[in-house]
Amino acid sequence: MDADLIVQILFAAIKTGTPLLFIALGEVICEKSGILNLGQEGMMLMGAVVGFLAAYGSGNMGFGVLAAMAMGAFMSLLFAVLVLHVGANQVATGLALTIFGTGLSAFVGADFVGKTLQGFQPIPLPLLSDIPYLGRVLFSHDILVYFSFVMTIALIYVVNKTRIGLTLKAVGENPHAANAIGIKVLRVRYLAVMFGGAMAGLSGAYMSLVYTPMWVEGMTAGRGWIALALVVFASWRVGRIMLGAYLFGLASIMHLVLQGLGWSISPNLLAMLPYVATVIVMVIIGADHFKEKLLAPRSLGKPFDPRNMA
Amino acid sequence: MIRIQARTEPSNIMKVASPLIAIVLTLIFGSILFSAIGKSPTQALQVLLIAPLADSYNIGEMLVKMGPLLLCAVGLSLCYRANMWNIGAEGQLLAGALGGSAVALFFIHSESVFALPLTLIAGIVSGMLWAAVPTFLKLQFNSNLILTTIMFNYIALYLLIWAVHGPLRDPEGYGFPESAIFADSTLLPTLFEGSRIHLGILFAIFAGFVGWFILTKTHLGFQIRVFGADEPAARYAGFNSKKLSWFVMLFAGGLAGLAGVAETTGPIGQLTPNISPGYGYSAIIVAYLGRLHPIGAIVAAIFMAVLYMGGDLAQIEMGIPVAVVSMFQGVLLFFLLACDFFINNRFINTNNQATN
Amino acid sequence: MKTHNSIFRLELDNITKEYPGCLANDSISLSLMPGEIHALLGENGAGKSTLVKTIYGVVSPDQGDILWNGKEVSIKSPSIARDLGIGMVFQHFSLFETLTVSENIELCLSQKQLSDIEDLPHRISQLSEEYGLDVDPSRYVHSLSIGERQRVEIMRCLVQSVKLLILDEPTSVLTPQEVAGLFNVLRTLSKEGCSILFISHKLHEVTDICHKATILRGGKVIETCIPTEETPASIAKMMVGDLAEQDAGYSKKEGTETVFKATNLSLTSKHPFGTTLKDINFELKAGEILGIAGVAGNGQDELMAIISGEDGRNVKRALTMGRLEIGHMHPGERRKIGMAYVPEERLGRGAVPEMSLTENALLTHSKGFIKNGLVQWQSVKEYASELINKYKVKCHGEFSEAKSLSGGNLQKFIMGREIGQSPKVLICAHPTWGVDVGAALAIHQALLELRDQGAAILLISEDIDELFLLADRMAAVCDGYLSPLIKTEDTNIDQIGQWMAGTFINTADVQEAKA
Repeated sequence: MDADLIVQILFAAIKTGTPLLFIALGEVICEKSGILNLGQEGMMLMGAVVGFLAAYGSGNMGFGVLAAMAMGAFMSLLFAVLVLHVGANQVATGLALTIFGTGLSAFVGADFVGKTLQGFQPIPLPLLSDIPYLGRVLFSHDILVYFSFVMTIALIYVVNKTRIGLTLKAVGENPHAANAIGIKVLRVRYLAVMFGGAMAGLSGAYMSLVYTPMWVEGMTAGRGWIALALVVFASWRVGRIMLGAYLFGLASIMHLVLQGLGWSISPNLLAMLPYVATVIVMVIIGADHFKEKLLAPRSLGKPFDPRNMA
Repeated sequence: MIRIQARTEPSNIMKVASPLIAIVLTLIFGSILFSAIGKSPTQALQVLLIAPLADSYNIGEMLVKMGPLLLCAVGLSLCYRANMWNIGAEGQLLAGALGGSAVALFFIHSESVFALPLTLIAGIVSGMLWAAVPTFLKLQFNSNLILTTIMFNYIALYLLIWAVHGPLRDPEGYGFPESAIFADSTLLPTLFEGSRIHLGILFAIFAGFVGWFILTKTHLGFQIRVFGADEPAARYAGFNSKKLSWFVMLFAGGLAGLAGVAETTGPIGQLTPNISPGYGYSAIIVAYLGRLHPIGAIVAAIFMAVLYMGGDLAQIEMGIPVAVVSMFQGVLLFFLLACDFFINNRFINTNNQATN
Repeated sequence: MKTHNSIFRLELDNITKEYPGCLANDSISLSLMPGEIHALLGENGAGKSTLVKTIYGVVSPDQGDILWNGKEVSIKSPSIARDLGIGMVFQHFSLFETLTVSENIELCLSQKQLSDIEDLPHRISQLSEEYGLDVDPSRYVHSLSIGERQRVEIMRCLVQSVKLLILDEPTSVLTPQEVAGLFNVLRTLSKEGCSILFISHKLHEVTDICHKATILRGGKVIETCIPTEETPASIAKMMVGDLAEQDAGYSKKEGTETVFKATNLSLTSKHPFGTTLKDINFELKAGEILGIAGVAGNGQDELMAIISGEDGRNVKRALTMGRLEIGHMHPGERRKIGMAYVPEERLGRGAVPEMSLTENALLTHSKGFIKNGLVQWQSVKEYASELINKYKVKCHGEFSEAKSLSGGNLQKFIMGREIGQSPKVLICAHPTWGVDVGAALAIHQALLELRDQGAAILLISEDIDELFLLADRMAAVCDGYLSPLIKTEDTNIDQIGQWMAGTFINTADVQEAKA
C-alpha cells in the first residue's frame, strides 16, 4: 500500500467514524447520569429522516441539522418521561423507542427515498490542511467533522473539570445520595437524556446530509447499537470514545483496505465486519469484569424515584 | 385536586386491562395520524384491523403471519422472565431459515419421509446455535447479551444474503439471489385445501402451551421466574443460573429457528433474502403485550398478525406505507409501559378525601 | 404565616406524614434550643427517620408546620434546609465513592458558599485540625473506613457552619472507641451553640450525651424527658411499651463435635470497594451458637458469601463440613448436605417480594415437593400455611405476597423455612435487625431451640447486645481479619469492642499480607 492510499483510508475512517462519535458522545453523557437509553437507533433514524426532509424542503443544510437535533431531543424526551416519571423499565422503553423510530422514520420518509441532496461540502482548513499527510487526514473534512472535534474537547473539559461534570458523576453513581444533598436528580437526568437525543439526531443528520446525502429506510444499519458498545469499550471516558469511533470507522471500510492489499472477498461477508468487531469488543471488555464495575456509572439502568424515599 | 398515589397491593385488574387500554390508545393515536396525512381514519382502521378478519383467505394469511410471531414470542417470554435480554430472535429465525434451507436443498431430489423432519431439526438446531454463541459469551466472558444478540441479527442477515448470492443460489435462477424451489418432500403440509395455512401454526400454538406448562407447573419454570424476579434470591436459594440461562436461550433460539425454517418450507417454499419482515423484533412487542405469559402471547400474536396483515392491505388499498405497522408497534409498547404504571399506582381525588 | 419571638431554634408543630398503609408521623411536636443535644428515641419503624427527613427537606409532610428561629418555613428540598443552616449526617451515607473527599464536600455547597471559601481543601484541613476530625481532602471516599466516612459527612456540615446538625443513628456503624471520639466533637459543637438532633436506640449513649430526649412509638410522641433523670429501664419501657420483657439472659451451652470448619481462608474481594478476607480460621461445633461481631463492611458480607457458596469461587479445602470438603460446591449442593442460611436482606434475597408465601416456601425448601420435575403445589401450600401457624406469621394467608408482610413477620417466616429443613449448620445474619420486640423474642427462641436440638449456628450481627445474649462463643471481624474465639462468659463488651477496632491484628501478619 502506498502512502496516498493510507491517507485515503484514514480520511475515510474518520468520516465513517464521525456519526458513531456523535451518537456515542451523547450516550456517554446519558449513561454517566445513570440512564441507559437503548433507543439510539430509533432516534438516529428519526434524526436522519427529519434532517433530510428539513434540508430538502428549506434548501438550508444548517436548518436540517438543527431540525434533526430537535427531533432527537424530542424523541429522547418521550423516553425520559416514561423512564423518569412513569418508572418504566429502561431496557423495554429503549427498545420501544427504537422500534417506534424505525417505523416512524420509514413512514415519514417513504416519499423521499431516492431523492438526493448536495450535502455538506468539505472545507479544507487553511494552513492546517497543508500539513503533509496529517492535513489531508484531519483537516480536509466538512464542517460537521470539525464540530465533532470541538465537541469532544468541550465534553472532556466539562466532564472532568467543571461542577456540571461533578454533578453528573454524582447522580450516576448514587442518585439517592445526590437527592439527599439537594441535587435535582430528575432534572439532571432529563437534561442528560435529551443531550443524548440531540446528539443521536445530529448523528442521523450526518448520515443523511453528509455520509450518503440521501434518505434510505434503515440507513443507520445498527450504528445506534454499535455506539452503545463503543461507550462500554471506552470505559465511559470521553476521549477514548473518539479513538473507538475511528477504529470502528476503520472496521467499516475494511473493503477499501483489502482492495488496497489486492484481496477480493464477498462484499456481503465484509459487511459483517463492524458487527463482528463489536461482538469481539464486547467479549474483551466483558472479560475484565472487575474493571467494568469500577468504571461504569454505578446506578446505570437502575430505577430511581424520589417519591419512594421513605 | 387529583393526584397519584402508590397502591398498597398491585392491581390484578390493571395487569390484564393495561394491554387493552394500550391498544385502544394506540388506535386513537393512529386515527389522529391518519387524519393528519389526509386519510380517513375510519377507513384506515377498518382496513388495518377488520379487513384481515373479513374473509377466510385473509384469516388464513393472518394465521400464516401469526405462526412465526408466536414461536418467537413464546421463547422471548421465557427469556425475559429470566431477565435474559435476548433481542436476537430475528437473527435466530434467519439462522434457522438458513440452516434448514441448506438441508432442504440437500434433499432437493429426494422423496424420503425423513427429508422434512431433518430439515426442521436442522432449522431448530441452527436457531439454537445462533442463540448459543451470545449465551456462551455472556456466561463465559460476561459480554452484554443485548448488544451481542443484536449484532448477531445483523451478522445472520448478511450471512443469509451472502448465501443466496453464493453457495445456495439457484443455478438456474437467472442470477436472482434466491435458492431453488424446495422439493415437495421438504415442504410443510398445508392444513386446508387452497390455503397457505401450514403446520407451523400448530407448532406455534403447541409451543405456547409447552411454555405455559414449563413456567407454571415445573420446578425449572419456578426457578426461571425467581431468577428473573429477584436474582439475589435465586443465587441465595442456590439455583444454577448458568443452567437456567442456557435453557431459556436454547428454548428461544430453537423456537425462533423453527419459525425460520417453517417460513421457508411453508408459505415461501425457497430461501430468499427477505423471508422475515422483522418478525423477531415484533415478537418482542408480542411477548410484552402478552404479559410475558405464553398463553397471553397467543392472544397478542393474533393481534399483531392482524396488524401485519392490515398493514399489507392498507398499502395496497390506501397507499399507506407499510412502515405504519412497525410504528404502531413502537407506540403500542410505549402506551403499554405507560399504562403499567397504574398497576402499582392509582389516581386519587384529594378533594373527596378532605371532605370525608 | 406564624411568626413569634422564640427562644427555640427549631419547633415542629403537629407534623403528620402518611405512607400507603402506614402512618409514619402522627401529629409530632418537638422543640430544640440553641446548643441543645436532643435525642430522638424509638424502635425501628417508630417514625424517627421520616421525621428528620422532613426537617431536612427530603420528605414533605402532609400536615403541620416547621418554625425556624420563630419563623414558619417551608423546607421543600435539602438545599433550602442547608441555606437555613440545617445539616444532616445520614445513616447510610450520602457520599460518592468515586469522588474525592473535597469533591464530595464541594457538591454540597452552593455557588455562593463555594466562592466565599477561597481554598476548599485548605479549609477542610483547617476544620479537621480544629475539631480533631482527621480528614484528608484529597483521598477518594472508597478508600476510607466507615468511621472516616462519617467524619467526612460531619465535615460537610461544618464547612457550611450549620446551626442544627441531625445525626441518624451515627453510632450504629462505629466501634465503641470511635463513638467516644464522635461524642467529643458533638460536645464541642454544642458549646459553640449548634443544636444537635441525635437519633439512636441505644440508651446508654443517650444518657451520656443528651440534654433532652423525645421518645417516639408508632409515629407518635410518647414522652419528652431529661435522660439523666431517667433510668435505662424506664426509657426502654417508654420506647417499646408494655411488651418490654427485658430478657434475663439465656443459658449458655458448650458445643460437642466440630461440624464446620474454616481453615486459612483468604480471598481477594471481587468488588473494587469490597473487603478482602485474610487468613480466617474457626471451628463451629454442634449445639452451639458462635457469634461474630463487627462494624458493617469489615468482611461479614464476603465471609457469608463464601460460606454459603454464593461467591462462586472454589476455595477447596479451606471450608469443610464434617469430613467433607465443600469449598468447590454450589450453594444448592451445600444446602443438600445440611446447610441453611438466613440472609441479612430478607426482602429481595431471603424472599422474592412479588411472590406468594407459598412460592417463597419453595424457594429454598424443595425437598419432597418436586416429583419428576413437577412442583406439588398443593403440598407446598400446606407447608406454607403450617409455617404461618407455627411461627404466628401475621398475614392474610399463604397467598399473600412477601412484600406485603412486615419485616418481623417475614423474618419469622424465613427463619421457620430455614429451620424447617432441619439444618446441621445454620448461618444467620442480623436476624433481628429492624424487627419489633415481639418478633425478635420469637426469633431468639427459635434459634436457641435449634441449638438445643444439636445444630451449629453461626450468628453474624452488628448488635453487640444481641450477641452477648445469644452466643455461646464469640469473635469479631475487622478489615477482613477474624479475632480469636472466646467463650462469652470469659469476655466483656470492652474487649469485643477493642477487637472490632482491630487490636487483635498482629502487625507482623499485616506486613506479611501486604508483601
